[in-house]
This record gives sequence, C-alpha cells and structure tokens, in this order.
Amino acid sequence: MTAGLDPALLSRVRELAGRFPTKRAALLPALWEVQKSSGWISPEALSAVAGALDLAPADAAAVASFYFLFARAPGGAKVIDVCDSFVCLANGGAELLDELCSRLGISAGDTTADGRFTVRRQECLAACHQAPAVQVNLEYRGPITSAEALLAELA
Amino acid sequence: MTVFEPVLLRRRGLDRSFDLDVYERSGGYRALRKALTSLSPQEVMDEVSASGLRGRGGAGFPTGRKWSFIPTDAPVKYLAVNADESEPGTFNNRVFIDADPHALLEGILLCCYAVGIGAAYIYIRGENLAGARALERAVAQARARGYVGGKILGTAFSCEVHVFRGAGAYICGEETALLESIEGRRPQPRSRPPFPAVVGLFGRPTVINNVETLACVPDIVDRGAAWFKTIGPEAAPGPKIYCLSGHVRRPGVYEQPMGTPLRELIEEHAGGIRGGRRIGFVIPGAAASTALVESELDVPMDYDSLRKVGTELGAGGIAVMDETVCIVETLERFARFFRHESCGKCVPCREGTVWQHLVLERLASGTGDTRDVEVLRDVSQQLVGRTLCALGAFAAAPQLGALRKFPEHFAAHAAGRCPLREAMTLA
Repeated sequence: MTAGLDPALLSRVRELAGRFPTKRAALLPALWEVQKSSGWISPEALSAVAGALDLAPADAAAVASFYFLFARAPGGAKVIDVCDSFVCLANGGAELLDELCSRLGISAGDTTADGRFTVRRQECLAACHQAPAVQVNLEYRGPITSAEALLAELA
Repeated sequence: MTVFEPVLLRRRGLDRSFDLDVYERSGGYRALRKALTSLSPQEVMDEVSASGLRGRGGAGFPTGRKWSFIPTDAPVKYLAVNADESEPGTFNNRVFIDADPHALLEGILLCCYAVGIGAAYIYIRGENLAGARALERAVAQARARGYVGGKILGTAFSCEVHVFRGAGAYICGEETALLESIEGRRPQPRSRPPFPAVVGLFGRPTVINNVETLACVPDIVDRGAAWFKTIGPEAAPGPKIYCLSGHVRRPGVYEQPMGTPLRELIEEHAGGIRGGRRIGFVIPGAAASTALVESELDVPMDYDSLRKVGTELGAGGIAVMDETVCIVETLERFARFFRHESCGKCVPCREGTVWQHLVLERLASGTGDTRDVEVLRDVSQQLVGRTLCALGAFAAAPQLGALRKFPEHFAAHAAGRCPLREAMTLA
C-alpha cells in the first residue's frame, strides 16, 4: 500500500508517526507533507499515508475531506484565495473576486486551462485590516485594489 | 488620548522582534528563569489566579481556575494552545504571533511548569503558514538555548512544544474539536462531561488556552499580579488587543486596557470613520456578536459590560460599518459562514444554519417575504442550547440580536426594498 508515495516521503511519514502518542495523530502533518511535495493529495497518496499510519483508506479520506485546504484535485501553480467575508465585502472583496474570475475566464473554485491559476472563494482569512485580502499559495496580500495589477505581478 | 504603555505589543516596533536575541534583550525569558529558580509551580499558579486573568478567546473564564482543575497526580497532562483564530473580524493572534512568538512560548512554558505538563501543542489555523513558520523557528531557537526540551535551564523541568497546523476548518477553534483534529479524527466536538481537564488530548487531562491569554502570563509572573490588576476593570483586568477593521481610517490592532470604551477605540485609535460618512453599525466581537448602533458606543469593551448590552466581546474583533452597509447583507454573510463551518454532528445546527442562510439569501436579495423573517427567528431560537458546542448559539446570536434591534430593515427587505437603497427595488 505504498505505491502512492516516493520512498523519501514515505520515510518522512513514518518519522512523523513516531513523534506523537498515537500514529493517527500524524495524519494531518503527513497530509501537509504530501500536499507540499505534489501540490495536492491523490487517492493513491492518501491510501499510502493511511497504510503507513495503520488506518483504513476510507478513515483517512473521511478526515482529509473535512478540511478546505487539502486539495483532492490538482490546482493551479498559483492558488489565489479571495476572502469573501463581511469586512472584505464592505471593502470591495466581491468585486475583486468577480474581476479575478472574469479576467481569467473561470468561475470561483476552478483552475485555468493552462494550469497557472486557481481562484477560490475563502471564508475569513484573519486579515480584516488588509481588506480586501487574498492569499496566494497561503501568503497574505492586501489590500488588493486592482485584480489586474495582482495578476500582472503574479504572471 | 489616554496614555497607555503597551504590554503585549511592546516589541512590535523593534527590528527583528521575533528573534530570540531581541526577545532576551528586552527582558524575555526572565519570568521563566524566575519561576524555575525561585517559585514553586503552585506559586506560579497562585500568581496567575491572583491576577484575575480571564480567557481571551471570548468566554472569559478565569485562567488560574482553569489550570487548577487539572488533577495534580495525573502522570501525563497536556496543554493545547488555541491559535485557530478564524471568526470573521478577528486577527489579533495573527499579528501577535508574527511580532512576538517567543512571548507566547514563554507563556506556554510557564503554564506547563505551573500545571506539571510535559508537552504542549500549538494548534494554528492552516491558512496562517507565516505564523506556523515563525513559531517553528522560535521553538528551534528556544530549544537550542535550553528553554525547550529536557532539563530546562538545568532544572528538573522538561517540556516539549509541537507546532500543529490545522487545514481550514473554523470548528477546530472549538476546544474539543481542536483535540479531535490533533488526534487525527474528523474534528467534530465531543460531548461533555467528561471535560478536557479530566479527559482531554489523547485521553489525558488537558489545559486549553488562547494565544493572548498565555501571552499575558510572562508579565504576570515577572511584574506580579498586583501590577496586572492596575490595568483595566477589577472584574476583568489586564491589557487587551483589539482588532479594528471595516470603514475606519486606520484599520489594525490596538492594545489598550480591557474595558476601554468602544467609541474611544474607533474615534481616537482607529481614526474614526473614513470618507466623511456616519457609522451605520458596529460588530463589537466578531461574527457571533450582536451589532451595536451609534448611541451604544460608549460601552466599555470587556466581557461583562458587553453582555449587559446584549452582545459579546468575543476575541475583540471590532468591525465598523458605515451608513452604506446593509445589516441584512452582513447577516447573510454571517449565516453563510456558519452554514459552511457547521460540522454536521448536531441536527439543530446542521439543519438550522442551512435554513438561516436560505432565508437570509432571499431577504438580502429582496425575493423573500415576512415568512422568511419568522423562519429566521424561529430557527435561530431553536439553535440556542440544543447543540454540543457553541457554534449553534454563535450562529443564532447575531441574528436574534438584529431581529430585535433592526426590525424595520427586515420588514423592508421582506417587502423587497432595502432602506439604504431608496431608489432601487431589490427584486
């Protein structure tokens, strides 16, 4: 059951399993390692992690699927999370999200055909003083006053 | 403007304030050294109890009392640090961790010494990657200098600190869901009893404290409980980091005494409302609090004063909305948030948050009617006290408060018209 992970990653997962009182507690740290190395968590990788931690694949999948940030499909090279909560809304966040999507020709949640960008609607990012705020691959940016300028900078 | 010497944010302006050398030069780890060399664990706990420190996550429970619930004879105990800050309008932990991760670490170590804990887990929301990196770096630096790990400062006290990243789920800020998340289970709240103080992380007695609560501890140990009590009101002493956002001139975090009047925070510290407009409403304690109107802004910002006017301090997330912002639209966002973040374990919350959002979508867009207002009221009332955790009550509170305070806005929306947009019809 280790086909989904390369040997280095598998040994990293086993090392994490030894850091906590239970192997299961290494599940989130292990999933973050997988996502860091391949950008998303494939069903094969998820099964391999489950196997290394003595969990049933369905058990690990039930945990992984609860979390917004674990990608279960490949995303763009740059993942733009746009805060859509009320403070950003009051500062132009909805217009920013619409403008980003229309410039890239996609809907929120989708990835561009060339694989460069994913745009997602996010709940409050804890960046209300930077409204309207975004994260690009989990790095904070804001206030974002121009979708055009943001995309030009990321290109 | 009232002159207040910042405590928690005093290092924020220093160059490389996050670095161990800078922290030590400005008095850092002095309290830990003092505790380990001259105070018993009980004396540290007594000092924290005497300070009157109350939990900064929003519930306001006395911290020393919480620590005292942990059975002293338990062989293994844990500290779980709640850095999952996700409630719309709140960002104080994030700013604090970026600026001064060692102060959090020192507070953690003092708590662990007082309670006899050998391992702490800092649970930080997955989006805050920069914060996790800052904490990892601080733990590594502290370990290299003998503040973390075995035989700290050459004493018999040993303590491990783990930085544990969440992955995007607000419910993980609920203390038992947080424990489930660390344990690698679906993060759904546990039923209580047993309480975490008895059966917590990995089945062991566990203290769960907010970042800002623990950040107060080094100064309490260093300067004493009597000093701490000179700040703020007697029933809720100490400094507080308030977040100000929305339509203020200077959004950001402001440290002031607990109990600082809301109007002073908005007008003097955050520079008042921008664009020459007037205040429409203010959310004083993030998305689970009832909105206040202009005439209520002299309220002191502490747990008890805010409860007296029917709202909550929460973690201190103040969002100021100018007169162009529609309360019904804001409430639709709150409802969408709680719908998205309900874990699905309790039926009243799983179903109720969906219905709240459905009727608010209709009302906000002008396609609803008076029955929707009644459904919102009925469903919200049924959410209170019927769920395992506080999320149900959090989802209900801002809606019930607004239904009471802004009936004319709901009535207008039910008739397809927003009072702020006289010229247009919504539907």
